[in-house]
Amino acid sequence: MSADALIQRPPQGRRRRRWGESAQGWLYAAPTALFIVFLFVLPLLTVLRMSASDWPLLAGDQGWNLPDNFVKAVDNRFFADSVVFTLKYTVLATVLLIVLGLGLALLVQESTRWKGFLRTAFLIPSALGLASASLLFYVLYSPIAGPFAEQMNALGISFLGTPDAALWSTLFLIVWRYAGFYMLLMLVGLQGIPDDVYEAARIDGASRWQIFGRITLPLLRPTLALTTILCVTGSLLAFEQFYILTKGGPDNSTITVVQLIYSVAFQGQNDLGVAGALSVIVLIALVVINFVQLRAFRTGEES
Amino acid sequence: MARRPAMTTLGGVVIRTPFWVLTGAIAVIFLYPLVWTTISSVAPRAGTSQVDGWGFGNYLALADYQAGIWVYLLNSVIVSLATVAMTLVLSLLSGYAFARFRFPGKNGLFLLVLGILMVPYATLLIPLYVLLNQVGLSNSLFGVALVLTVFQLPFSIFMMRISFESIPKEMDEAAKVDGCSSFSALWRVLVPAVKPGLITVGLFAFLAAWNDFFAPLILINDSNRMTLPLAVSNLRGQVQGVVDYGATEAGVVVLAVPCILLFLILQRHYVRGFMSGAFKG
Repeated sequence: MSADALIQRPPQGRRRRRWGESAQGWLYAAPTALFIVFLFVLPLLTVLRMSASDWPLLAGDQGWNLPDNFVKAVDNRFFADSVVFTLKYTVLATVLLIVLGLGLALLVQESTRWKGFLRTAFLIPSALGLASASLLFYVLYSPIAGPFAEQMNALGISFLGTPDAALWSTLFLIVWRYAGFYMLLMLVGLQGIPDDVYEAARIDGASRWQIFGRITLPLLRPTLALTTILCVTGSLLAFEQFYILTKGGPDNSTITVVQLIYSVAFQGQNDLGVAGALSVIVLIALVVINFVQLRAFRTGEES
Repeated sequence: MARRPAMTTLGGVVIRTPFWVLTGAIAVIFLYPLVWTTISSVAPRAGTSQVDGWGFGNYLALADYQAGIWVYLLNSVIVSLATVAMTLVLSLLSGYAFARFRFPGKNGLFLLVLGILMVPYATLLIPLYVLLNQVGLSNSLFGVALVLTVFQLPFSIFMMRISFESIPKEMDEAAKVDGCSSFSALWRVLVPAVKPGLITVGLFAFLAAWNDFFAPLILINDSNRMTLPLAVSNLRGQVQGVVDYGATEAGVVVLAVPCILLFLILQRHYVRGFMSGAFKG
């Protein structure tokens, strides 16, 4: 055997092994890849085509009509209102959930039996589905069957009767359902801050507020970024809570963008083309908003 | 429990009392709606199916609703189990692929999986409604399960990839030296090791599928194929626009009980799953 052959053989063997590894890797990933292609990439391409086509719900594709659907979508009489309402709801829900999630996490951070109980109590509503929770509050807020029905009627207040009341009642439901979940994410983040950093600050005589402002918050930045992005995305796509609790009312004051898409596609207009155009607008808006958020959190990190 | 001594002194109790009152009040706010619904679902109320005395009249009314609650329960169970099964298989296999193999297109595929998170539910459901109709899966529980599985993939695959990566490579390499194929190394050695991850993924898939409202709302038109959340939601406006609050409460309890039980039983597992670093950095 020549020296040449000796040198050449190992790479060859490695190449064959690498080919085998690739094939095996693809084999294990193949079912997922199939799902992604047929149930994610294909629908995504379909919605793009839909947004550029005349596409009634029952008749199906009637050919291209770009940009009619987008014009109709923006001209829809609820478009501007639903965008404004969705943004307002998103800001309020995100601020409430991040602040309360962090607050609850700080309350139950150490592990004692009482705090363990509190953690479980805060987390239990997260096990419910959003639809179940909305149905629960639908009864709870009811002026007939709710536990506060008599007081409400006596005082002339209603939980869902005015636009503002409906918004805040829905926000309460969302905080009830999600605060525990955000608390859990915050706890994970808090756990990642090493104890000796706190120790050092305490030895230097830092007050509680100084420790919170100068150590906890900055070191929690990755968690805050993740939870904010999660919450903003989820809130922008709000549907069930309003569909079940307020049905968009009173006076169409609580229509979110996703509700608008649903009603254009399946209730009345039955126009999948316009619904597709609205979906594409939401998709683009979401990508831009998330990109901006990521940039904001990253530049904050550098400074 | 190490802090006990400080708390049992008189001064400790006095300092801690406002804390207990405050946190206790918050806990009551979180638990009250659940307790109230459960109690009033069996309490007497005019205009419901439980008018006199305590009892399960509301549950009987719920059981008799349209096709019968058993049909909707069964539909929900089918959708949930199919979603859990598909999510577990897909995330186990592809988590293994992403954590242990190098193959062309690996990063692209992983980014595509995470990309699902960026796309609104509604944006995908409308074309999926059309596409599933074309392949004969309209009004199909299996179709709903397929769609729900896709939306579980980002979290599940991420979780399983991390679970596999946290296991030392020596474990499966030792198995391969002993003559295991890559599949039997996965099945015999790695699956037991990633069990906490699988439990977390399965629990999340179940809760998501059991509770999902939007996908069946769009994909199911046949009222005999409705899942439970949809049926309970529809039940409100049935009798000449008069809402049966009692049956709605009973429906919420039926929907919530399996979730809360599973949550309490598996709480330790999944809180640990979270804490093990899936969301760090």
